[in-house]
Amino acid sequence: MVHEWALAESIVKTVLDIAKERKIKSVLSVEIAIGQLQQIELDILKDALNELKRGTLLEKAKFIFVEEEAEFQCRNCNNIWKFSDVKKDLKADEAEAIHFIPELAHVFIKCPRCGSPDFIVLKGRGIRISAIRGVTNGSPSFDNS
Amino acid sequence: MDPRLSIIPERLRHIDKKIMVVSGKGGVGKTVISSLMALELALMEKRVGLFDLDFNGPSCHIVLGVPEHIMPVEEKGLIPPTFRKVKFMSIRYFAKERPLPLRGEDAVNAIIELLSITRWGKLDYLILDLPPGTSDEVLDIIRLIKDVYALIITTPSKLALETVSRLIQLLKILKVPILGIIENMRRGESKVYDFAKKMDVRYLGALPYDDTLEEALGDVNLLLETKVAKALINIIRSGIIENNGDEQ
Ligand SMILES: Nc1ncnc2c1ncn2[C@@H]1O[C@H](COP(=O)(O)OP(=O)(O)OP(=O)(O)O)[C@@H](O)[C@H]1O
Ligand SMILES: [Mg+2]
Ligand SMILES: [Zn+2]
Repeated sequence: MVHEWALAESIVKTVLDIAKERKIKSVLSVEIAIGQLQQIELDILKDALNELKRGTLLEKAKFIFVEEEAEFQCRNCNNIWKFSDVKKDLKADEAEAIHFIPELAHVFIKCPRCGSPDFIVLKGRGIRISAIRGVTNGSPSFDNS
Repeated sequence: MDPRLSIIPERLRHIDKKIMVVSGKGGVGKTVISSLMALELALMEKRVGLFDLDFNGPSCHIVLGVPEHIMPVEEKGLIPPTFRKVKFMSIRYFAKERPLPLRGEDAVNAIIELLSITRWGKLDYLILDLPPGTSDEVLDIIRLIKDVYALIITTPSKLALETVSRLIQLLKILKVPILGIIENMRRGESKVYDFAKKMDVRYLGALPYDDTLEEALGDVNLLLETKVAKALINIIRSGIIENNGDEQ
């Protein structure tokens, strides 16, 4: 699923924008929260990030991935359940649709208790940059995004 | 921090003109006109993309008759397939014909996702078909695509004009350049020309009410022969290609 490349591009672009804003000269590490619902192929994402960072302020950056379990809450009956409880019921093309657009969970997943498609994704939707650490003017800086 | 937002301008960088097709009212012909306009611009040798942003009720594919087996190609993102020379993107590829119970915020999130992974390449025009009114989708497109133009569709009905007047005021507040108003489903006398004048927005022309349109939906060759399509060509020449809107 090579669309991980597009996601990697957005991560690198965003980190570069933030680094510029905060006058970071060299980014040391980037912490990325990976929501389970999007079913990212982590190895592909890592390879893409490592290729894209070359020749940029991210050259020396380490990428730290924190996987986040996806959880839903039904708006109709308040039931809370996990993506991992229902993932096995999805067909390959349905899982792939959710991979591209996590909101399509509302098309292919229903509340296991009452059958409603009207639910909230409590956590674990997609990708978020949770922290960036870098060096400004020789002194290390610690930044939480 | 949401990494998707900063890449969107990058993805749209090689598109000369982005046009959102909007109206205060539903059912006035936004989808028919967006789809026809994309087809006709492509026939004028322009590079055109069409993005169906009505994620609750995508329907450009019905107007154009895009077969179900046509899908985007995955290559460092998604490359929209080309149908009748138009690069076409829609949530329909993924949802097929199933219901889309997306709330406003979900629809917008899905739009952001597709905007951030779709690779349009070089285009002269990207036509955005939007849901009616000043929905979250419209507001977010204005927020996310800084250089978007608005093309307003209305029917001669008082009910439509009332809502369009609110929409125009909002677009002016938000400093969105307005290409003009297209009057659709005209039969006989109408007040839209005077309305446009009063609102200080360019009147681009009228498309007649056309009984044969329904029959032609889904068949591009028939569509291009309709009175609606023929009237639209002149509007495209005078109002879309040469016009840069009134920069507010
Ligand atoms: N000029 C016309 N003559 C006759 N019928 C028309 C004309 N324009 C559009 N229609 C018909 O009106 C209906 C609504 O058109 P369309 O779906 O394009 O409107 P819309 O503004 O996109 O609606 P929505 O707000 O629901 O997205 C369709 O059945 C379409 O075929
Ligand atoms: Mg429509
Ligand atoms: Zn429930």
